[in-house]
Amino acid sequence: MKIHEYQAKGILGQYNVPVPRGEVAFTADEAEVAAKNIGGSVVVKAQIHAGGRGKGGGVKIARDAAQAAEIARQMLGMKLVTHQTGPEGRIVQRLLVEETLPIERELYLGIVLDRAQGKPVFMASAAGGMEIEEVAAKTPELILKEAFDPGVGLMPFQARKLAFGIGVPAASVNAAAAAMMALAKAYVAKDCSLAEINPFILTKDGKAVALDAKINFDDSALYRHKELIDLRDLNEEDPLEVEASRFGINYIKLDGTVGCMVNGAGLAMATMDIIKYAGGSPANFLDVGGGASAEQVKNAFRILLSDPHVKAVLINIFGGILRCDTLATGVVAAARDLHIAAPIVVRMEGTNVELGRKILRESGFNFTVADGMRDAAEKVVRLAAQ
Amino acid sequence: MSVLVDENTRLIVQGFTGKEGTFHAQQAIAYGTKVVGGVVPGRGGETHLDLPVFNTVEQAVRATGANASVIFVPPPFAADAIMEAAEAGVALVVAITEGIPALDMVKVWAFLRGRATRLIGPNCPGVISPGKCKIGIMPGHIHLQGHVGVVSRSGTLTYEAVGQLTGLGIGQSTCIGIGGDPIIGTTFLDALTLFNEDAGTHAIVMIGEIGGNAEETAARYVKEHVRKPVVGFIAGQTAPPGRRMGHAGAIISGGSGAAVDKIRAMEEAGITVCSSPAEIGEKIKSRL
Repeated sequence: MKIHEYQAKGILGQYNVPVPRGEVAFTADEAEVAAKNIGGSVVVKAQIHAGGRGKGGGVKIARDAAQAAEIARQMLGMKLVTHQTGPEGRIVQRLLVEETLPIERELYLGIVLDRAQGKPVFMASAAGGMEIEEVAAKTPELILKEAFDPGVGLMPFQARKLAFGIGVPAASVNAAAAAMMALAKAYVAKDCSLAEINPFILTKDGKAVALDAKINFDDSALYRHKELIDLRDLNEEDPLEVEASRFGINYIKLDGTVGCMVNGAGLAMATMDIIKYAGGSPANFLDVGGGASAEQVKNAFRILLSDPHVKAVLINIFGGILRCDTLATGVVAAARDLHIAAPIVVRMEGTNVELGRKILRESGFNFTVADGMRDAAEKVVRLAAQ
Repeated sequence: MSVLVDENTRLIVQGFTGKEGTFHAQQAIAYGTKVVGGVVPGRGGETHLDLPVFNTVEQAVRATGANASVIFVPPPFAADAIMEAAEAGVALVVAITEGIPALDMVKVWAFLRGRATRLIGPNCPGVISPGKCKIGIMPGHIHLQGHVGVVSRSGTLTYEAVGQLTGLGIGQSTCIGIGGDPIIGTTFLDALTLFNEDAGTHAIVMIGEIGGNAEETAARYVKEHVRKPVVGFIAGQTAPPGRRMGHAGAIISGGSGAAVDKIRAMEEAGITVCSSPAEIGEKIKSRL
């Protein structure tokens, strides 16, 4: 789960990571009040779940409250396009109004899970403010890493090592190290999958502050963090994906024309790949789950057909233990109940596969029964092109 | 020959009396797996599927001589179940459970260090040596006893590959589903090492997917050590970056985990990489 910058800073503040004084604003009036409360010049930052906001015009400095209100009026409701939003952009609905700080240096701090070491790894770099992916690709030696045990936390000596390593002046090392340890503590306490401060700044008066903040949570651990559930902003998510998640269906919208319904994440990805290989393009990733019950099939149909670009549908179910006659009955019922007009190619394997195919053929609906993945992909791509 | 499991495997089921535990224990027994009992805290002394139920793994191991455990325990309790099995000295632990918090698995990883227990998974279909022993949720009947080792991060995509092999009359020595989570007990490298050292495995199928760089690490091992034919496939060639494709570990992030990098590393190691998932069986046939 992703959250906004202002929410991330709220959490970091609770763990004593220094953050700028700031307030969230949903209206221009609220922005003006926030700017007054803060006093002096402020920075107005569009809150969307994507990076690159500055370049897209989503971060602006205001010299006073009146100008903050003016900027807020322009920003709220605007479509912000960044390299992470895609061309469709995001509508700005929330702003963060913050104090401005005298920046001396911009650094980078981040924590991710290191799969190979089986531990969280703390990353620090002197190249703050830049895309860390870019730094990693071009100058990996500029990123210092320290793996830590979640039970023990980031040790003071590790934090000092990182701070000295990225060139923090001696006078500020203790402040920077304290912020690093606090970040690590927050990462573990809240079951984060990513915690990033970019830039982490040193001010001209020697303070260490998180000027930006990004936190993603481990979805599997949300059950033990009820306090985080309210932080979810459904406006930032695709409505179809939200709808799908309510039924335990994993759906990700893509931009092609072949709708896919598959059981299992790996097979669902492979189905997208083979559609592309056959000359078509997948409209979605959809993992209907292990059971693929009649009800789930119906839900999945409704969701993937809500995408107006879908010209044909491929159902690829490797049932194994699942009975194909049960599945076929479910598919027929869904087609009837939902009045599906789009051509549907069904490829299924499992117990009673012949009986399942017979049910589909004799249903009177526009089903094409395929034999194997290649056959299925070729057939559905042809149908989608018609 | 086979790896990890065979006719000498004595299996206990953790989460034995639950719906999943019961169903898959029945399937395993029907396949011929020697299931010797189960563990459900608080249900010790009962009998389930004509087999004894124990309160702790330690009691189950002492009473039955179990050397393997399969875990169907719900996510909040699964990490603890894995560690309990390891502490009781169970040699092979197969964790089917999906949705264990990543930081719980970090603890498990540290706990398993220095212990002899091998963990498969979590979030995996399990392990099967066709004709001998089935531990997990895979359909037994699609498998055929033979000499191809299969290792995969996926469930149903593995069945797809196995189905193709069996359809061509090519049997499998052992099929290992290593799981779709970011932190797993047995990696591609571990599985490839086992297959490489197994005289009964003549060729290897390796099915990876986007996310992480375990495939690249395994490819380096293949290049240096493996002289058996290896056929591979990477799922998610068309997946957009930054999106989690179902599996917790299937995400292209931080500039790593893209399919194209994995495919390049595998091809450089001499692995035959299939462009289409429908070619896995045929490619193995051409290399046998």
